[in-house]
Amino acid sequence: MPSQSSVQSMMRAIAATRQIEIGCDECFEQLDRFVDLKIAGENVEEALPLVWQHLERCNDCREEFELLLSMLEAAAP
Amino acid sequence: MSERSNLEWCEILAPPPDNAAITDLRIILVRGLRYGLTERDVTEADLEDFVQDALLKILRELASFRGEARFTTWAQKVAVRVALSELRRKRWRDVSLQDLLTRQADSDFTPAVLTDPTPNPEQKAVQGIMMDKIQYIIAEELTERQRQAMMAVMQGGMPLEEVAVRMGTNRNALYKLLHDARKRLQKRMMGEGLSPDEILAMFDEA
Ligand SMILES: [Zn+2]
Repeated sequence: MPSQSSVQSMMRAIAATRQIEIGCDECFEQLDRFVDLKIAGENVEEALPLVWQHLERCNDCREEFELLLSMLEAAAP
Repeated sequence: MSERSNLEWCEILAPPPDNAAITDLRIILVRGLRYGLTERDVTEADLEDFVQDALLKILRELASFRGEARFTTWAQKVAVRVALSELRRKRWRDVSLQDLLTRQADSDFTPAVLTDPTPNPEQKAVQGIMMDKIQYIIAEELTERQRQAMMAVMQGGMPLEEVAVRMGTNRNALYKLLHDARKRLQKRMMGEGLSPDEILAMFDEA
């Protein structure tokens, strides 16, 4: 039986659902490029929309994206 | 050392890999992970383990680097996956899927009405009807596997990777299973004229 708060997350997830979504493997394959573009100041939402959307929906991949981004920002001069 | 081009990195790490290059890469990975994981409970020994595993993986998977990003970004991506997989495994080590789902079921026996300091009976009744309706749709549309995975992720907060291990699958396949579940629910709700946004608004007002 879902709790009220999980029904809310579920509704948000359903509202955001698209017919075509990439999986975690495809997202991971493109994640390095995505992060490099982001650091270069590119509009990643436009450049790699499916990766961007996956990161919005998948906690595991978003956590990896955020860690990678912070590591690279730390290394930047 | 970070001046190397992608091609130079690939050449110098190709078998037999150059020791100096491995040392350089190790430094980059340790520094990155140490910085990125400061907020977490990670020891220097953990860091060393993560980096060691990541280096082996990088050398093993060198051929899959397609040169679409900086080599060092790709290498750090591999290290991120290694480190977070291990941290997730440790964090959830003692939680079985059964425990997680049972614990949720128990806590659900406390109706929201009892915990809400300012209950609005009419609104609560409407919410209750909607909750029943959603549960009915879930039971009708989703397979037991989809339902379990969705509850474990959305209600239990367990990472996909950990749910996948427990369900004998992998993270990518589990994402697809959940995507299929969301599509089914979306379609059914649309067919019944139910809008997720309106339902959200109904609960947000609570
Ligand atoms: Zn993912």
